[in-house]
Amino acid sequence: MTDASMQNAEPGRHSVSLMATDEHTRKRARAEKRFRAYGIVAIATGLFFLVVLFTSILKEGIPAFTRTVVSVDFTLTEQQREESEGVLLKTKAYSDLFITALKSKLDERGLNTEVDEVAIERLLGKVGGTIRTFYTQNPDKIGEQIEFDLAASSRVDGYFKGRVSRDTIQDSRFLQKSDLELVDALEEAGIIKQAFNWPFITGADSGVDNPGGAGIGASVIGSFFMMLVVLGLSLPIGVAASIYLEEFAPRNRFTDLIEVNISNLAAVPSIVFGILGLAVFIQFMHLPQSAPLVGGLVLTLMTLPTIIISTRASLKAVPPSIRDAALGVGASKMQAVFHHVLPLAAPGILTGTIIGLAQALGETAPLLLIGMVGFVARGYPDGFLAGFTEPNSAMPAQIYTWAARADAGFYEKAWGGIIILLMFLLTMNIIAIILRRRFERRW
Amino acid sequence: MPVLWLILIVIAISAVGFVSGRSRAMQSAGGEIRNLHSLPNFYGANVALKAAIPAFGLLVLWLLAQPLFVNSQVSGMIPDTAIKDGSSRSLVMAEVRRTAAGLDAAVAQGQMTEQVARNANADIAEITQGLKDAGQVVTSEITQPILNAAQSYRSMNAKGHWVMSIVLVLLALAGAVVSWRQTRSDYRARNVVEKGVSVLLLAAASIAVLTTVGIVLSLVFNTWEFFKLYPASEFFFGLTWSPSFSGRGGSSALGILPLLWGTFYISLVALLVAVPIGLFAAIYLSEYASPRVRAVAKPLLEILAGIPTIVYGLFALLTVGPLLLSVFGDDGLGWMKAGTAVMTAGLVMGVMLIPFVSSLSDDIINAVPQAMRDGSYGLGATQSETIRQVVLPAALPGIVGAILLAASRAIGETMIVVLGAGAAARLSLNPFEAMTTVTAKIVSQLTGDADFASPEALVAFALGMTLFILTLGLNVFALYIVRKYREQYE
Repeated sequence: MTDASMQNAEPGRHSVSLMATDEHTRKRARAEKRFRAYGIVAIATGLFFLVVLFTSILKEGIPAFTRTVVSVDFTLTEQQREESEGVLLKTKAYSDLFITALKSKLDERGLNTEVDEVAIERLLGKVGGTIRTFYTQNPDKIGEQIEFDLAASSRVDGYFKGRVSRDTIQDSRFLQKSDLELVDALEEAGIIKQAFNWPFITGADSGVDNPGGAGIGASVIGSFFMMLVVLGLSLPIGVAASIYLEEFAPRNRFTDLIEVNISNLAAVPSIVFGILGLAVFIQFMHLPQSAPLVGGLVLTLMTLPTIIISTRASLKAVPPSIRDAALGVGASKMQAVFHHVLPLAAPGILTGTIIGLAQALGETAPLLLIGMVGFVARGYPDGFLAGFTEPNSAMPAQIYTWAARADAGFYEKAWGGIIILLMFLLTMNIIAIILRRRFERRW
Repeated sequence: MPVLWLILIVIAISAVGFVSGRSRAMQSAGGEIRNLHSLPNFYGANVALKAAIPAFGLLVLWLLAQPLFVNSQVSGMIPDTAIKDGSSRSLVMAEVRRTAAGLDAAVAQGQMTEQVARNANADIAEITQGLKDAGQVVTSEITQPILNAAQSYRSMNAKGHWVMSIVLVLLALAGAVVSWRQTRSDYRARNVVEKGVSVLLLAAASIAVLTTVGIVLSLVFNTWEFFKLYPASEFFFGLTWSPSFSGRGGSSALGILPLLWGTFYISLVALLVAVPIGLFAAIYLSEYASPRVRAVAKPLLEILAGIPTIVYGLFALLTVGPLLLSVFGDDGLGWMKAGTAVMTAGLVMGVMLIPFVSSLSDDIINAVPQAMRDGSYGLGATQSETIRQVVLPAALPGIVGAILLAASRAIGETMIVVLGAGAAARLSLNPFEAMTTVTAKIVSQLTGDADFASPEALVAFALGMTLFILTLGLNVFALYIVRKYREQYE
C-alpha cells in the first residue's frame, strides 16, 4: 500500500472506531437476546403450568381431608333406653333424646335457638338410627357419657367450605335458609366443628346422592391388588424377555419381529389395551367383569414394554468383562447371566419396574372399558383371594367416577383422590430415585 | 377356586420332584459330587421343570380352548325356533351363560339343591323364582331351551374341569416320574435344564408378539362383525354420528368423520401449544442453559409427563374449562357455551405434551455434532444464528419425528378428551364448541358392556381399529425418521 492510496481513502464506513459496535452488530446482538428470551419464556411457561396445576390440586383437594362434624356429649341411662325401646317409633324416641341433649347444650351457653327435629334431620341425617345402633352394639356404654361425632350433611359441609353461601342457597328438602341460623348458633357453641376426614381415606364409595360419605379406601385396595398382579407377572416376564433379547437372541427375523413389536407396543394408545382386555379376557375367556385381576392383566401387557426397555438398558450397562470372567472360570452362558450379570443389573431393573408400576397405577382409560367405573367400590373385599376377583374400582377410575357425577360435592372428593394418588406416585418415584442413587454403579 | 388349587398341586409335585431328583443323582454318584456330570441342583431342576412346564402349558391351552368348545357345542343345541325375531344366537348364548352362572351362584348359596339345578324337567317358574330368591339377576323369562342349554353348559363345564384336573395332575406326575428315572450320574442335566430355560425365555419374549396378535385379532374380528351389521361405506364417509340407544341398529348413524375431525382439531390445538413451548425449551436447555439450570429445569418439566392423564382430565373439566368460560363465555366475549370444548381439551393436552416434545428434541439437538457449531462460530455467527441456520436444519428431521410422536400421543389420548372435550360429535370450525374424539366415543360406546351384538357397541371396535392403524402408522413413520437421522451423525 502506498501513501497516496491512504490519502485517497474516503472516510466512509470505517470512520467509526472498531471498539464501538455499529448498528448491524447491535441488531444481531438484539436478535440474540430475543432468541434467548424466547427460550426462557418457554421454560417459564412450562413451569408456570406446573405451578398452576399443583396449586389448583392443593387448593381444591385439601378441603376433602376435613369434614364437618357435630360433636355432642350424650348420656343414655338404662331407664331411657327401656322407655325408647318400648315405644312404637324407636328411632324417633332416640332422636328426641338427642335433641333434648343438644338443646340443653345450647341453653348452657345462653343461646336460645329454636331446634326442631326436621331441621336436625336435614343437618345430620337420621340421628336416632345411628345412636340406637351404637347402643345395641355397645350395651356396656349405657350410663356413661359418650361424645358422639356425627357427620354433618354435605350441604352444611359446603357451607363451611364456602361452596354454599347464604346468597346462593335455595330452600330444598336438603337444606333451608333458616337452618343456617341454627348452624351458626351451633358453631358459636363449639358443637359443630371441622375434623380430619378419616372416613374419606378408609371408606368405600357411596351412592350418587351422598357425596359426604364417599371414601377412597376400597379403591386403594383395588389398585393394590391390581399392582400385585402387575408386579407378579410383568417383572418375571419382562426380565426373562430382556435376558433373551439382550443375551441369547440370535440375529434373525423372529428377533427383529419381537423388537419391532416391543417398540410399537410402547406407543399403542392405552385405550386399545382396554379393547384388548375387553375382547380377550372378558368376551373370550369370560373372566369376571370389574375384577382387579382383569385390570392387572391389561396393565401388565401395557407395562411390559416399559420394563423390557429399562431392563435391557441396565443389562447392557453391565460391562462384557464380567461375562468374560465368568465364562473364563468355566461357567456356562446361562450361569454367567443368572449368577453374575443379573445381580449386577438388579438395581436398574428394580428402578425401571417401580417407574413402570407408577405408570400403571395412574392409568385410567383401559379400566373404563373393563367395567371398573361406576358404583363398584362398595366395600372391602372379603378376603385375600376375593380381592382379585370381586368387583372393585381403582384409584384413577374412582376419581373418574366422581368427576363424572352430577353433584358438585363429588368434585372435592375427586381432587382429594388425586392428592392421594399423587402421593402414592411421588413415594414410588422417590424410592426409585433413592435406589438409583444408592446402588447405581458407573463402570 | 379350583384352578388355584391345581396350580398349587402342580407346584407341590415339582417341588417334591426337585428334592427327590437331587437326592437320586447324589445317590447314583455315590455321594461324591465330582462323579456327577452337572451340579446336583441341575438334576433337581430337571425333574421340577419336566413336571411343571408341560402341566402349566396344558393348563393355559385348556383354559383357552374349553370355553370355545363348550360354547360351540351348547350353541349348536339351541334350536332356531328358540331365537326370537330381532335377537341373535349370541344374545341367546349370553342369556344361557347368565342363567348358568345364576344356577351356580344359587347352588353355592344353598338356595337351590344340585338336583333341582340339574333336573332337565324342572318347572321353569320354580327355577326362575329360585334364582330371584338367591339374588341373581335374571333379565327375561327363562324358556325351556335356554334352561336346558344352561344346564348342559354347566354340566359340560364341570365335566371339563374334572377331566382337566385329572389330566393335569397325571401329566405332572408322569413328567416327574419319567425324568426321575432318567436321573443318573452321567445324565447331562445342565444341558437339558439350560435348554429348557432358554425356551422359557423365548416364550416370555414372544408375549410381546402375542399381545400384538391379540390386539389385531380382537379388533379385526369384531370390526368384521360390525361391518356385517353396518355398511362400511357409511361408517367411513358418514357425516353424522348419532347412535340410538334403544333400538338395535336401524336408526343409528355411525359416521366416523365428525369424530376424526374432532380428534384432529383437538390434536392440532394441543400441538400448537406444545410444539413452540417444547421446542424453545429444548433449544434453551441444550444450547444456553448452565448445567445447574438444566439440572433443575429439565426434571421439573418432565414431571408434567409423569402426571396421570386423569389429573389433566380433571384439571380441564374443573379448572381450565370454567376459566375459559369466564373469558370467552356469555359474560365475556360470548363465543363459548359450556366449559367443555376443543380449546379446553387442546390446551390441557398441549401442556401434557410439552415434555414429550422438549425431551425428544433435546436429545436430537444434543446429537448434532459440536464440530458443526464450532464451524459456524468460526465464521463469526452468533449463537442464535448458529442455532437457527446450522443446528436446527441439521436436527429438523429428528424434530419432525418428535412432533409426529407427540401427535400420535395426542390422537390416542383418552381421559383429557373424555372429561374436557364434551360429548357432542359435530363438524365445526369454532374451537370454543364442544366436539368429541374417536377415543372418547370408544369409551362411551363400550363402558361396562360384556356382550356385544348391536352395531352401537361393535362400532367401538371399528373405531379402535382406525385409531390403532393411525397411531401405528404415525409411530412407524416417526421412528423411521428419527432412526435414519441418528445414523446420519453416528
